[in-house]
Amino acid sequence: MGNDVFQLVLDSFPKIILPGLTLTLPLTAVSFLFALIIAVACAMIQFANIKVLKQIVRGYIWIMRGTPLLIQLYVVFFGLPSVGIIIDPIPSAILVFSLNEGAYCAETIRGAMESVPKGQIEAGYCTGMSYMQIMFHVVLPQAFKTAFPALSNSLIGMVKDMSLTANIAVSEMFFRTQRIISQHYHALAFYLELALIYLLFCTVLTFLQRFVEKKLDVSRRKPKAVELPPEGGMP
Amino acid sequence: MIRVSGLKKTFDGLTVLDGIDFSIEKGDVVAVIGASGSGKTTFLRCLNFLEKADSGLLEFDGRTYDLSAMKKKEIRELRMKTGFVFQGFHLFENKTALDNVTAGLVYARKVPKKTALARAMTALETVGLSDRAGHYPHQLSGGQQQRVAIARAMVTEPELIYFDEPTSALDPELTGEVLNVMRSLAENRMTMIVVTHEMSFARNVANRIVFMDGGKIVEEGEPEAFFRQPSTERARAFIAGAMERERNSEEQEA
Ligand SMILES: Nc1ncnc2c1ncn2[C@@H]1O[C@H](COP(=O)(O)OP(=O)(O)OP(=O)(O)O)[C@@H](O)[C@H]1O
Ligand SMILES: [Mg+2]
Repeated sequence: MGNDVFQLVLDSFPKIILPGLTLTLPLTAVSFLFALIIAVACAMIQFANIKVLKQIVRGYIWIMRGTPLLIQLYVVFFGLPSVGIIIDPIPSAILVFSLNEGAYCAETIRGAMESVPKGQIEAGYCTGMSYMQIMFHVVLPQAFKTAFPALSNSLIGMVKDMSLTANIAVSEMFFRTQRIISQHYHALAFYLELALIYLLFCTVLTFLQRFVEKKLDVSRRKPKAVELPPEGGMP
Repeated sequence: MIRVSGLKKTFDGLTVLDGIDFSIEKGDVVAVIGASGSGKTTFLRCLNFLEKADSGLLEFDGRTYDLSAMKKKEIRELRMKTGFVFQGFHLFENKTALDNVTAGLVYARKVPKKTALARAMTALETVGLSDRAGHYPHQLSGGQQQRVAIARAMVTEPELIYFDEPTSALDPELTGEVLNVMRSLAENRMTMIVVTHEMSFARNVANRIVFMDGGKIVEEGEPEAFFRQPSTERARAFIAGAMERERNSEEQEA
């Protein structure tokens, strides 16, 4: 054993990490982007207390958070074809992950929006800004900063959860690893290798998170240098 | 310039404003005084629609509005003509002093960025803070934050600025710088309604005093006459109490 296994693990490394780079990470990035868009929209609807829409959003969040992600994947990929809706593995994955994560992030962002002092919203109104302008220039930037650590957690979680898509025939890292094991055995070694690659991805993301968090932290910022427009620019 | 009549407001059955009639002319500085809970803040907030009045009419620049049935568009139009300075400053914490001041110009009024910057710098100069333009609110003292808030309110050249106890959240040694800025605004004939507990400011800067009690305007008049000889018992008691407090705090400082 020993050396042989080590060699096998080494040889398989590019075969496993490659679909990580070409599938797991891109799928996560795309799904998370959609999730954020859904989440901001849902959070804004709840924050603004828009009657009917708010109920719809609540129902959506209730369902997405109350059912297992794996079952959601199965419903879309194996279930929908029976009513004539056939979606390929990758679009299925993006659809389910966007909707699922969107629901969680919606709650995170809504909570962060609630934490922005109401007085700033009133001050915004008093300067003549519209509700939407206040949202985009005052509330959301601050909410995003507050929500950032929790959102980063969600993102890291999604990278790992992407392994569930092996069940719907997305040939990502877990899927490939299972294939390799079916050829060479040594399940322990290969699964540990896979785990290590996930750990690597998540470590990089954690570092990125720390870096961006520092950038976002207004209280660490230095006063900005102010550049004045050149004289004579006034109409 | 504006005239309010029959302004009423209740919070869950509690009457807070009980039929306010009030008017102010261009260039006037009106100080609104009265005991805590008498409805001063609510009065200002109703005038700028931060609270919805139960009833009342507002005449602004010759047009009459029903305060209980304002349209969104009308509210926005009127807010474009006014400024508001809060007790708690309420600066946008994600923006520098300069960006706080330009927000009303750039976003709300679509003033070109360059013009907005120049106007904002002028406003910051007026409040003595041009050297703090790039600072974030948490990098400024309370007095400085409130002066930025005043710059934010005046940069849009409003017809009227509301002040709700602009110095009450400040340490005593910082109230002076804010009051000085307000005094110079008054000297430049800015129309102002100032809710305040600063009796010397009311007496020396305002040209009219409005005394509120129990959601009503109980008495109003010229500062000198009002402070020397208030005609109602309530006002007399209030002034005596306020003078007492000011004397006490002066003694403490000495
Ligand atoms: N949002 C609210 N909901 C319920 N009651 C309120 C609300 N705002 C104010 N009140 C009540 O209305 C009354 C008047 O409050 P207001 O803040 O206008 O008084 P004030 O004269 O500004 O007092 P102060 O000098 O302490 O600032 C108080 O009894 C207060 O409890
Ligand atoms: Mg008050």
